[in-house]
Amino acid sequence: MFRISCPFCGERDENEFVCGGQAHIARPEPAEQVSERDWAEYLFFRDNPKGLHFERWQHRYGCRQWFNIVRHTVSHEILAVYRLDEAPPDVDREEAV
Amino acid sequence: MEKYSFPKILYHALRGHKHWQPAWRSPLPKKSYDVVVIGGGGHGLATAYYLAKKHGVTNVAVLERGWIGGGNSGRNTQVTRSNYFYPESAAFFEHSLKLYESMSRDLNINVMFSQRGVLNLAHSDHDMEMLARWTNAIQLNGIDSEILTPQQIKEMEPLIDINARFPVAGGFIQRRGGISRHDAVNWGYARAADALGVDIIQNCTVTGFNISHGTVTGVQTSLGDISGEKVHITVAGHTSVLAKMAGFRLPLTSMALQAMVSEPIKPVLNLVTVSGAIHMYVSQSDRGEIVLGAGADVYNSYAQRGSYDNVESCVAAFLTLYPRFSRLKLMRQWAGIVDISPDTSPIMGRTPVQNLYINCGWGTGGYKAIPASGDTMADTIVNDRPHALIKPFSLERFESGALVDESAAAGVAH
Repeated sequence: MFRISCPFCGERDENEFVCGGQAHIARPEPAEQVSERDWAEYLFFRDNPKGLHFERWQHRYGCRQWFNIVRHTVSHEILAVYRLDEAPPDVDREEAV
Repeated sequence: MEKYSFPKILYHALRGHKHWQPAWRSPLPKKSYDVVVIGGGGHGLATAYYLAKKHGVTNVAVLERGWIGGGNSGRNTQVTRSNYFYPESAAFFEHSLKLYESMSRDLNINVMFSQRGVLNLAHSDHDMEMLARWTNAIQLNGIDSEILTPQQIKEMEPLIDINARFPVAGGFIQRRGGISRHDAVNWGYARAADALGVDIIQNCTVTGFNISHGTVTGVQTSLGDISGEKVHITVAGHTSVLAKMAGFRLPLTSMALQAMVSEPIKPVLNLVTVSGAIHMYVSQSDRGEIVLGAGADVYNSYAQRGSYDNVESCVAAFLTLYPRFSRLKLMRQWAGIVDISPDTSPIMGRTPVQNLYINCGWGTGGYKAIPASGDTMADTIVNDRPHALIKPFSLERFESGALVDESAAAGVAH
């Protein structure tokens, strides 16, 4: 159990939120030139790191807004919360793996 | 291998049980092996066993970071069933169920496989229609499955409150499904593999791969480099971590899946009962504990612990169906890290690296697959092509789009 600071509502319990998986996945363009391999990467393949994970969350049972967080997948410690229109924070991605 | 039998128990009992042989050796790793299996869970041990037993490949090492039975193979809820929707899944899991049926004899260890029946409940007419469709599919796959009325369910499992907040509208049962003792399954495969010459090396962490020109040649471990002609990754939740070491990504998400047991009581539950709608499943172990489980915590996690709100929702769902247990105390609660694939079906076979094989993506239901997984992966590794039963579960399906979207595997039954 952890608490997340929604950028719009403040700190709330984990179960008010849902995780939307890995953040910052760019859709390959243009669609007609994207290979099957690249589509598979885009749709299904994920980093799934043991360590820091940049991920999307939605405050489903609150303001319903989407935002990003940086969270450690072992300690569940949240290092940063930032809005979708903000650049990812500068953290060492390989830290404490 | 010291054969287990009744006279043997008597013999050792008279000598104070002081002279039993260890079930397997604890050798130091050799410099090289024909096959190196990473991961000493049920799947890895079964693969090593079938490599030795069916293919005569005995120069095999099983590398385990912790101890045998300490990971997911000791954290699951022991359910075996083959009530899957798609023919691909049904064929594979039916093969597995049949191997469970003969496992105690094959491995000379009592795995206590109790085919008490796996019951799936419906709580509305719509639920019932979906279960009827599911049952039809199971029957078309040639597997036993039977629709039950609420009254029949009440007779079979008297403690279910069929007039609960979400009343029981009916259900279906696979009578050949059931539970077994997971420790015995792990130990049984470890002991039988060891007897055939397989080296089981515990407390050995893999830290990297030696790969030359796109072909794996061995692994780097905490006990030094070990070369292997073929290397097999079968490490459940940590598959992505090892794949990254080997230089590729996988369509997996690791999550914590919880289970819990109550204090032991007299035998009161007859079946394994599953409710997808209220999200819980329950059975009673031979030790008398009520074994409960529910969904995973749905975010990436490598922490072997779960959220308390998940415990609460699981227990609440259980008590709506079985109000009689409201004063029972929970004794233990734990979590295992499961690797969930996009279509909830396993990923088995070759990888982008030559001679490196994977067996992963079992998500919330790997226990029931242990024997068939070992059998088919051993065949795949020896012949360097997917066994017929696991062809549909290759990594390539995410490119071709031929997914096996098996919601039955993603349900709450394990």
